Formats: sequence, C-alpha cells, structure tokens
Amino acid sequence: MVRLLYFGKLADVSGQAEESLKLPADAMDSASLRQWLDTRFGARGDMLEPTVRIAVDGEIVIDPYDLSGAREIALMPPVGGG
Amino acid sequence: MIKVSESVIDAAQELATFETTTPGAGAIVSFSGLVRDTSSKGTVKSLHLQAYEPMTSAGIKAAAEQAKTRWPLLSLCVRHRIGDIAPGETIVFVAAASAHRRAAFEAVDFLMDYLKTDAIFWKKEVTDQGEIWIEPRAEDYADSARWGSKK
Repeated sequence: MVRLLYFGKLADVSGQAEESLKLPADAMDSASLRQWLDTRFGARGDMLEPTVRIAVDGEIVIDPYDLSGAREIALMPPVGGG
Repeated sequence: MIKVSESVIDAAQELATFETTTPGAGAIVSFSGLVRDTSSKGTVKSLHLQAYEPMTSAGIKAAAEQAKTRWPLLSLCVRHRIGDIAPGETIVFVAAASAHRRAAFEAVDFLMDYLKTDAIFWKKEVTDQGEIWIEPRAEDYADSARWGSKK
C-alpha cells in the first residue's frame, strides 16, 4: 500500500486530500502514475502539468521515477506562501 | 528559529523576543505579512494555508542557511502560519539581526522572496465570491529571480 497526498487544487480535482491504495502495474513510475490518476479522476490534464511536482517519501523526483519502493507520494501544484 | 504552525503570530511579541535573544546586534530588520481583506475576486473572508511537513520546514531551514552564507547574520527568525487565517492577522514574520543594517535588510527580503515562490505552502482564498487557490504572481517570481539561480 502507498499513501497518496493531493495538495492545493489537486485535492479538489481528486475529491480528497489523501488516500491509501496499491498502485496498479501500469502506474509504477511517476509519469505513468500521473496518466493513471488523470484518467481516473477525469482531471483533463491537471495531473500532467509540468508545474505539478511529485515528491516521493519527502524528496522531489524527476519523471519517470520508479515508485516500487514508495511509501508516500505527494502531488504538489505550484507552491507559495507569505 | 523556524516555526510553521497554526498558532497566532504576535509580531510585536516576536520582535521583542528576537531583540532580547540577539545580543551584540547593531541592526535588526523585521517583516510582517498580513492577510488583506480584499482581492481581485472580492472580499476576503479568510485565507487557508497548507504545508507538507517535514518538507516545508526543511526547505525554509535550507533557505535560512543560504541567507547565512550570503550575508553576515547574527540570527534569523521565520514564523509562518498554516490553517485558517482571518484578514488583518499576521501570516508570516521574518526577522534578521546583523552588525550593520544592509545585511539584515537584504536577508529578510531574500527570505520573503523564498517564502512567496519556493516555500512549500498552498494558499486558498475564501471570498464572498467563492474559493480560489492562489499561485505566486509573475512579480513574485521576478522578485525571487533577483537573487540568482542558487537560492
């Protein structure tokens, strides 16, 4: 099982802030995970945006990143505080 | 001192504490960022801030370390709120202490640019017209780029 976290507007897109699931065989790297999630949520490209970064266990990764050992995957739209 | 939390920030109190814990400083600069009550989308009822710990605090700490290598600083303080914040409340407080003023001014400016564009926060404006996720403005990115790529 892997924990998926949806931050910012992606929580609205996915309808949830987080979920735990077993990644399907065709979504075992970060690029194919984006595709799978985008289709699953009918997100029309929101998950595919280059500005949306993926962090695996607290580290930003570059697509395609192998997710076979991942415990927590965060989908992070553009950030900014202050 | 770096702290990301839901607790209210009392900027005057933070500054007073910072002053007493930084002996030998010749200059202290502080910045307070407040939630505005209006936006292009209407009247702001509240701002909702999300962080992703421990990445958020680790990123701020790395930016603070960068500031310390760029300027001769004696001390730094960064406080940032998360959760629901009302108009008029302080969302961020940054202070820097140095021997002379220029280093403190620039370090606070640098850290605020980091916080606006690179720090791991997501910000939602709740207005009388609805809710909208806010991303940094072009001006924020331009401000941040002033410091060079190594930030």
